[in-house]
Amino acid sequence: MYPIVKKIIHSPAVKEFEVYAPMVAEKAKAGQFFILRVSEKAERIPLTIADYNREQGTITTIIQELGASSTLFGQMEEGDHILDFVGPLGVPSEIERYDHPVVLVGGGIGIAPIFPIARDLKEAGNEVISIIGARNKELLIWEEKMASVSDQLIVCTDDGSYGRQGFVTDALKDLYEERGQLSALWAIGPMPMMRAITNVTRPWELKTIVSMNPLMMDGTGMCGACRVQVGSETKFACVDGPEFDGHLVDFDLAIKRLSIYKDQEKRALAVLEHKGGHCGCQ
Amino acid sequence: MSVKNRPGRQEMPCQAPQERVSNFNEVALGYTEEQAIIEAKRCLQCKKPKCRDGCPVEVLIPEFIQAVADGDMATAAKQLKLKNALPAVCGRVCPQESQCESKCIVGIKSEPVAIGRLERFVADWEMAKEEAEEAKVADLDTVDGDQESESSATASPKKQKVAIIGAGPAGLSCAADLARFGYDVTVFEALHVAGGVLMYGIPEFRLPKAIVEKEIDSLRKLGVNLQVNMVGGKTFTVEDLQQKGYEAVFIGTGAGLPNFMGIPGENLCGVFAANEFLTRTNLMKGYDFPNFLTPVISGRKVAVLGAGNVAMDAARTALRLGAEEVSIVYRRSEKEMPARAEEIEHAHEEGVQFKVLTNPVEIVGDEQGWVKGMNCLRYELGEPDESGRRRPVPVEGSEFFMEVDSVIVAIGQGPNPLVTQSTAGLALNRKGTIQADEEGRTSLPGVFAGGDIVTGAATVILAMGAGKKSARAIDQYLQSKQS
Ligand SMILES: Cc1cc2nc3c(=O)[nH]c(=O)nc-3n(C[C@H](O)[C@H](O)[C@H](O)COP(=O)(O)OP(=O)(O)OC[C@H]3O[C@@H](n4cnc5c(N)ncnc54)[C@H](O)[C@@H]3O)c2cc1C
Ligand SMILES: Cc1cc2nc3c(=O)[nH]c(=O)nc-3n(C[C@H](O)[C@H](O)[C@H](O)COP(=O)(O)OP(=O)(O)OC[C@H]3O[C@@H](n4cnc5c(N)ncnc54)[C@H](O)[C@@H]3O)c2cc1C
Ligand code: SF4
Ligand code: SF4
Ligand code: FES
Repeated sequence: MYPIVKKIIHSPAVKEFEVYAPMVAEKAKAGQFFILRVSEKAERIPLTIADYNREQGTITTIIQELGASSTLFGQMEEGDHILDFVGPLGVPSEIERYDHPVVLVGGGIGIAPIFPIARDLKEAGNEVISIIGARNKELLIWEEKMASVSDQLIVCTDDGSYGRQGFVTDALKDLYEERGQLSALWAIGPMPMMRAITNVTRPWELKTIVSMNPLMMDGTGMCGACRVQVGSETKFACVDGPEFDGHLVDFDLAIKRLSIYKDQEKRALAVLEHKGGHCGCQ
Repeated sequence: MSVKNRPGRQEMPCQAPQERVSNFNEVALGYTEEQAIIEAKRCLQCKKPKCRDGCPVEVLIPEFIQAVADGDMATAAKQLKLKNALPAVCGRVCPQESQCESKCIVGIKSEPVAIGRLERFVADWEMAKEEAEEAKVADLDTVDGDQESESSATASPKKQKVAIIGAGPAGLSCAADLARFGYDVTVFEALHVAGGVLMYGIPEFRLPKAIVEKEIDSLRKLGVNLQVNMVGGKTFTVEDLQQKGYEAVFIGTGAGLPNFMGIPGENLCGVFAANEFLTRTNLMKGYDFPNFLTPVISGRKVAVLGAGNVAMDAARTALRLGAEEVSIVYRRSEKEMPARAEEIEHAHEEGVQFKVLTNPVEIVGDEQGWVKGMNCLRYELGEPDESGRRRPVPVEGSEFFMEVDSVIVAIGQGPNPLVTQSTAGLALNRKGTIQADEEGRTSLPGVFAGGDIVTGAATVILAMGAGKKSARAIDQYLQSKQS
């Protein structure tokens, strides 16, 4: 069992957890994820390692409540225990020293997983420019943490309630006009956002790495649920990824594959809400 | 009595096909004691039992069958367990028709003795007896002297530390023997439960999970330390284990990496690897959704590609999840199908259709990215290939469209690369399996391997046999290391 040592509520559906899992913390690297199962009947869900503390043996993650299993997790409190917690999984980000600035783009809760990559790139001696965005001010997370590992931080909100108004893609285009030479870019966020970023950087021939978040189950390469079409190849995101060359990923297919169990997921959430008494019928 | 006048083989009582396709309960119900004794008496008690040569772990077949014929089930169970740690599993899933029973003398003129069914009967008899005894002990709430001495035996100081990676049949049988030899054994398993394919792959209706769990419990009682949620190559490496004082390591990580065909459309929604489909159903209990939260969908018209045990399991599972039409699509003929004969027979009875000499060249999707059918070719059989089976050749101009809304791919599995790739100096074969000798010794001293990770996808009994052989080799290695 893996105890929750800290919980922070960022907004009604976005929660930050620090979980005691020393075996995972000992090996965790930027770009990797873990899988948890909160209880006997819950799904195994993959979540990114947003931070880790080797001394204290903890892993930090930020979760957005979407369906039944992520909601079950979101409802847990400090001191509660998670049944299964396995990792670190996936291939760590490739960190090297580049000649020109590197750009980190985080959208929504994608800001959290971009943080450790930015930190490592900075430590490797790179000039790090970060662009983070959210729908509105309330949904913006980890601005200070990102500022602490960036040479330049650009903050955007869709509605202009904070920072510059507009999408992260707009900020990226302006940055490119200003700076021209960039060495590499990481983008993490909802799939449509990552697709938009790759469309922007394609003509620039800028190395663009995205972190795919398909459906997963085992996370060890056994089930094939996490298949992603990358160029002409079929890749398993859990063992070959989750990071891939964004210019080769078939996002349209990846977005469709996320909806495979849509109807079932709705049913599961409905049952959960019913049990939780939110519907008021109990 | 001459062979001719012997009674025929006892039929296995089964749930009726119409009934069983709507539940996940075990299909084959097992012999009654009366049937078992009649069947056991069909055995000729050969002086040189050929059947034994057909069994990869050389079960004392005539000996245990004689005990059954005498009605002495306790002795039968003892005889069985001398060679086979998991008789309740093997009796159910061994491909007997190509192993022990294929060699049985009675089989020349009549049907062979039902060795597997007898094995299952004896194992089930013993489990039932143990259960009854445990209930009695719990009732009395006393500890008898025997148990006391047993637990103090396991409490005696242990020998060196040995690590097992992967809790499938290979790893578990290796762990059991090493624990019996007195070693301090820890099993590291990536999933949240032990059992490997027995838990996540083979369905409940063929191998009830309670049986596997019992076998794993008995391992714990032997003092084996089982650690789940531990991924070799990620959470820890072989080198880490060596540094932590494990003096030998056995790798039994299996062949869990599903193959795909490399044809257009294989990543469409509605195309599943059999492993995903079966794991959602078995391990995550998707058939009890939404009580259990992992969903599984079978589709209405399902094509299962392949004709091994995995394909039969997927097809029969799809039926039970409510599919209206399920077809096995296979490019050779029924004669070449690698699945156990009993599974093919059960699949037929349950209404699975067999579209043989057929293979898809493309999976076709609709605008939403969902499967709507497959473009297929018909095949005929040509000359035999390396495997000795006749090679399927496509018939020119035979392309046709098969309407389906879900495709389950069951065309084989490769070795899981997580451990092998992270272990420097470990020699591999061309296909990524680990190079090991008969006793499981790899290119690295102190590192052993066995089961599907060495042979490629094979059988439960072969994996168990490999685990046992490695246990002996590890024992030798550690003894010579000490002296
Ligand atoms: C490598 C990896 C890292 C991830 N990191 C994080 C993270 O740090 N924080 C976080 O909140 N989530 C993360 N996710 C996504 C997270 O795993 C899913 O949101 C979660 O599994 C949903 O489970 P559920 O049962 O609550 O929702 P479901 O009932 O399964 O789904 C509810 C809705 O969410 C959509 N959905 C399902 N899975 C995903 C997905 N993988 N991505 C986007 N939408 C999805 C479905 O289409 C559906 O509409 C990650 C996924 C992967 C593969
Ligand atoms: C659906 C299906 C039906 C089958 N039916 C039959 C049948 O009827 N009869 C028969 O004889 N055989 C059958 N087989 C084949 C048989 O199950 C296998 O040959 C056998 O299980 C191999 O045993 P193993 O111990 O080598 O590997 P596995 O059973 O595959 O076990 C390997 C274990 O290692 C774990 N693992 C993998 N990677 C790691 C890692 N990096 N770190 C830690 N742990 C790891 C896995 O999670 C798993 O628990 C079937 C297989 C399948 C998939
Ligand atoms: S273990 Fe398998 S092959 Fe050996 S006797 Fe039993 S059923 Fe036959
Ligand atoms: S070969 Fe057949 S008849 Fe002979 S001992 Fe074996 S099971 Fe009995
Ligand atoms: S999650 Fe199962 S293979 Fe990737």
